[in-house]
Amino acid sequence: MRLDLTHIQRWISPGSRVLDLGCGSGEFLQTLRDERQVRGTGLEIDRDNITQAISRGLNIVEQNMDKGLSNFPDQSFDTVVMAHALQAVHYPDRVLDEMLRIGREGIVTFPNFGHWRCRLYLGLWGRMPVSRFMPHMWYNTPNIHFCTVKDFEALCQHKGIRILSRDVVGNSERAPLLAGSWPNLFATTAIYHITR
Amino acid sequence: MSVSSDSQSVGIVQPQAIHFDQPLMLACGRELPGFELVYETYGELNEQCSNAVLVCHALSGHHHAAGYHGPEDKKPGWWDECIGPGKPIDTNRFFVVSLNNIGGCHGSTGPNSVNPQTGKPWGPDFPPLRARDWVHTQTRLADYLGIDCWAAVIGGSLGGMQAMRWALEYPDRVKHCVVIAAALKLSAQNLAFNEVARQAILSDPEFAEGLYQEQDMVPANGLALARMVGHITYLSDDAMANKFGRELRAGTLEQGDETNVEFQVQSYLRYQGSQFSGSFDANTYILMTKALDYFDLAREYGNDPVAAFAHAKCSFLVISFSTDWRFSPARSREIVEALIAADRPVTYTEIEADEGHDAFLMPIPRYLDVFSAYMKRVGESG
Repeated sequence: MRLDLTHIQRWISPGSRVLDLGCGSGEFLQTLRDERQVRGTGLEIDRDNITQAISRGLNIVEQNMDKGLSNFPDQSFDTVVMAHALQAVHYPDRVLDEMLRIGREGIVTFPNFGHWRCRLYLGLWGRMPVSRFMPHMWYNTPNIHFCTVKDFEALCQHKGIRILSRDVVGNSERAPLLAGSWPNLFATTAIYHITR
Repeated sequence: MSVSSDSQSVGIVQPQAIHFDQPLMLACGRELPGFELVYETYGELNEQCSNAVLVCHALSGHHHAAGYHGPEDKKPGWWDECIGPGKPIDTNRFFVVSLNNIGGCHGSTGPNSVNPQTGKPWGPDFPPLRARDWVHTQTRLADYLGIDCWAAVIGGSLGGMQAMRWALEYPDRVKHCVVIAAALKLSAQNLAFNEVARQAILSDPEFAEGLYQEQDMVPANGLALARMVGHITYLSDDAMANKFGRELRAGTLEQGDETNVEFQVQSYLRYQGSQFSGSFDANTYILMTKALDYFDLAREYGNDPVAAFAHAKCSFLVISFSTDWRFSPARSREIVEALIAADRPVTYTEIEADEGHDAFLMPIPRYLDVFSAYMKRVGESG
């Protein structure tokens, strides 16, 4: 399972209700169900992913977050997770509001655009960064709202969102230490546990 | 494909009939003095009786959902694409029950059955029915077959509405509810189409106020016209364009030529209409369209579908089709929204398909994949 997902499991209480926004093929929800008896629902728009997630026996709703989440009642989930999707939605700020309206707590993970490689790539080549992790060109990338660790925290402050904890994933063995100390420079993936 | 060469067919099947003597109190307040149900089963009921699946038919459907009645049969049952070994409703795994609803015209008690009180066919006097009446009759069939709880109740269109009614009326007897191309209730546009269909029948002089059977008449024209209207609503604009376009079957549109022009789509609709009028009963059509019109899942729950679904205990699969305008994806999303708000487990997907409402009967690969994947879960949870 992707590293950011193993990291966030510990923030999810056994037996709780979890909504996973952009759940992909449902690997994470399946793990939560099998290991933590979580009652989960996944939102997804990719049709192959939906079929796969259904094969895993998960409850999956085909719905585009960009068209709103108003069909989910206030505080109807314990935790709303959005892993690696923040950068791909049209209105990340509104989605964050919705996450914390629907869930008591939210967990957000996103690729940190402030990582030194990104900076170097853009600074040195003058081109938008392309990497193994973000392999798309600027014109065909689904990632339309890149942000950095600092950007995200500024948005949380602006919105009065409380950061319960922050975790980071670096890109090498030594990275946890570096990424822990200078996340905006060394974190490849930022992981936030938030609430109102 | 011939019967014997099709390894994914349930093969030759035999309809069965059962009579229930106990009177049945109907939603309209009248009592049906016993009734007969014609049904088919496919697959084997397991020892725990936990693998039974009920298939609910739509407006003009019947019990013959899969397989063939004889080696000479050219066409299999109406949902053969989805029922059989290795198909979504896998008969290697499930015991499938498919019946003709009461009010129907394929063997179960309906308008052309004899009313025991008069000794004459019921005709137009057959009591009006609601989806719940069908559900109640089906519980008797379930009891008879030894099925306490259905692994799944499945239906498309009106059948999907019936499946939802099952989930509310008998929450302890349904584990999964599969609702395909259905709605919580009909829209005004839908009611309007049904009214046109009924008026087509009522205005046929051979209808004789529903007493055509006694007078040895058949309102074939009215019934055909009703079916033609219905059929248009089952197809999408694209499906019709692809299938027929503006192709001519006869005549020419050249100037200076006055031979009669017939578009392909005209001839197709007439064929559909005449096929239908030869095999369906006019009173049944009126009764079924009314049952469809009156269906409103949430009416008795303060018109609140969330309150309605709060009574259900099963998991739901809801499927819609992109070009279905009779029961559009928006109608299915209303079902899903209510289920989410009621905290019921629900899976929903919209299938990209050109075929309109009829898509639920078609072998669309992604539809079959999703349906199979969900049914696998149904089988494993049993």
